[in-house]
Amino acid sequence: MHLDEKIWLFLSFGMIMIFMIFTGYQAVALEMGPPSHKETIDPQKVDQTAPFDNPGIKQIGENEYEVVMTLQIFSFTPMDIEVPAGSTVHFTLTSKDVTHGFQVANTNINAMVMPGHIQKISQKFDKPGKYLVLCNEYCGAGHQAMSTTITVK
Amino acid sequence: MQTALKTTSIKQKTNQALGVNLEDARISKSYLAVAFIAVLLGGLLGLVQGLNRAGVLTLPAWANYYQVLTAHGLLLVVVFSAFFTIGYFYAGLSHTLGGLLPKVRKIAWVGFWTKIVGFVLVVIPVLMNEASVMYTFYPPMAAHPMFYFGLVLIVLGVWALSVGAFMQVAHWRKNHKGQHLPIMAFFATGVFILLVGATAFVAVEVLFLIIPWVLGWTDGINVMLSRTLFWAFGHTAVNIWYLTAVSAWYVVIPKIIGGHRWSDLLTRMVVIPLVIMNITGGFHHQIVDPAISEGIKYMHVFMSLAIGFPSLMTAYALFRVFERTARQKGGTGFIGWFKKMPWGDVRFLSPFIAMVAFIPAGAGGIVQSTNQLDQVVHNTMWIVGHFHLTLGMSVVMTFFGISYWLIPYLSKRVLTPNMNKVGVVQTIIWTVGMVIMAISMHIAGLFGSPRRTSFTTYGDFAEQLGWNPLMAAVGIGATLLLIAVILQVYAVFNMMFFAPKGETEFPIAEEEPGAAKTPYWTERWGVWVVLMLLVISMAYVIPIVDMIVNAPPGSPPFKTW
Ligand code: HEM
Ligand SMILES: [Cu+2]
Ligand SMILES: [Cu+2]
Repeated sequence: MHLDEKIWLFLSFGMIMIFMIFTGYQAVALEMGPPSHKETIDPQKVDQTAPFDNPGIKQIGENEYEVVMTLQIFSFTPMDIEVPAGSTVHFTLTSKDVTHGFQVANTNINAMVMPGHIQKISQKFDKPGKYLVLCNEYCGAGHQAMSTTITVK
Repeated sequence: MQTALKTTSIKQKTNQALGVNLEDARISKSYLAVAFIAVLLGGLLGLVQGLNRAGVLTLPAWANYYQVLTAHGLLLVVVFSAFFTIGYFYAGLSHTLGGLLPKVRKIAWVGFWTKIVGFVLVVIPVLMNEASVMYTFYPPMAAHPMFYFGLVLIVLGVWALSVGAFMQVAHWRKNHKGQHLPIMAFFATGVFILLVGATAFVAVEVLFLIIPWVLGWTDGINVMLSRTLFWAFGHTAVNIWYLTAVSAWYVVIPKIIGGHRWSDLLTRMVVIPLVIMNITGGFHHQIVDPAISEGIKYMHVFMSLAIGFPSLMTAYALFRVFERTARQKGGTGFIGWFKKMPWGDVRFLSPFIAMVAFIPAGAGGIVQSTNQLDQVVHNTMWIVGHFHLTLGMSVVMTFFGISYWLIPYLSKRVLTPNMNKVGVVQTIIWTVGMVIMAISMHIAGLFGSPRRTSFTTYGDFAEQLGWNPLMAAVGIGATLLLIAVILQVYAVFNMMFFAPKGETEFPIAEEEPGAAKTPYWTERWGVWVVLMLLVISMAYVIPIVDMIVNAPPGSPPFKTW
């Protein structure tokens, strides 16, 4: 093996390790792990099961809100949410039919929402404005129409 | 021993003198013909998608966007890539192992027709809009049962071809005790092992979860488990096409530029870990899924990134081969090799651009494999941009480059200077088209534009988020690509049936003179397969048991399109 090959392999290995370490650091120390909630639910009884029997937005602390939301073809319940600037919003999500995606453009919110599973994701909204919420997993003929908004005031 | 060696070397010499065995050639030509028809149809649908998303084409009522996209995915990843890989490696096995055995030939035809019938069964419901479920067919969306029966036949076809390849290799090894499998056959062995390993997962998904469910024998399906089994297959499939392209980079390209192969030992040491570690990469498609713990996801970041290492070794090896070859030809200086390469030869130019494309493509892959970065781009157009770089450039441009010698070799014709020119022009148009399309897709994805979504403005959000000019560029890229597709398919069928008769060689580079002998342990395929199974168990046993034991009540089938 040539010296330059050894250097190259060492750098390659180092680069992979650095990505590993950063990913671990962000997940553990910064609590930025990907949405991975593990609770389950009967996908055919979502409307009868708490908390989804009462979807909506609820203030749970100073600057803190909980949104309980169901996704179904081709809408979100509740639609058109409003929160004050600077608040942290905790989303609790499930699907009533097929697999959907929950994405808010210009934020890091991006999670799969699947029938039978409850998914959770949180985000702090600092900048006022209207945010686009969209389904980013193909879910049927009206998938492109599945969107709503979050208004930050 | 001595006589055995002699007879085979005679056989190999006659094989080389007489050129390709005509019956073997017919097999490979059939696979390649199907592959390139699939490119033509898939490219046409790609253009439809690109123009729709650019906002200039409204689809008629009888062909909705999702039906078109399902067909595009199936034609390009299930038909084109698979048929090309099989046609190419069967030609390679025939050439380097002294002709296919008669029973292997039979198996190859059985596999071919099984796959074709399977594909027809898949296509009928897609055309009837009974299966607009994408090539990923995530339950609980449920297509017409015929769709799944077709998939089963396709998998059976793949298994038949794999068995054929293993029989051919076993036969050769029995008659060449103590010798190393020729390098092309070594790659083929790895590819067919991976094909069996990958399709095993999707076979379990379709046979045991989906078919009983769509036929109404079971009430509900385990959605997470199906999805996980799918990605163990889907991810590996894509990597198989990549390994196929890599085989040409190591074995064929050095010959085309008049050089020698990279160290035989290191080449084999790239193939082995790619086989052992590949299947476990599937979880990086599920980074933002529920029901998989963060710990498991973290372990899988490692497993996915580990595959990056052999790829980085490959990058070094290839550029080193270029540099060495150029020095032998009198190139000097740090980038002297650059001037000595045969840029006007499509057999080199197209795969060379493919290799260069793998640099940003691989870097993008590393980015997406890390949890937090994936969360930014998951299911956005970024991902579509990514796999048009990896598949649409790195893999497909290598396959295109191969076609300019493989097809003349198989049809006992030659690549004329004029056809080479067509190839060069085609390569340039394809490159420009893909670069425009892939870059715009990456940026649109960063701005939040979702994949698998027909034209929509989301009110005035598309304008406000800056997607519109980028999606227009996707449409322009798609138009250029279709021109390139037409040139490529014209070239393929011209070389297959009309080009002037003559002999074309199957280019396989030799080792460097005086190269060290490769140790025999590289041939221990049994050990590699056991290691592969161990790594797969390490990765999958815990999460899959978890998904079964802690499963929610199952989901009924839905038809939402
Ligand atoms: C003529 C060239 C091509 C054009 C214009 C094209 C264009 C596109 C477009 C616009 C999309 C859809 C984006 C979306 O809505 O999500 C797409 C998806 C896709 N393309 Fe291509 N493409 C081409 C060639 C290829 C090739 C050569 C391959 C692979 C070998 C490929 C594989 C795929 C796959 C796997 C998808 C995703 C399907 C899905 O999301 O289910 N494409 N392509
Ligand atoms: Cu959707
Ligand atoms: Cu993958």
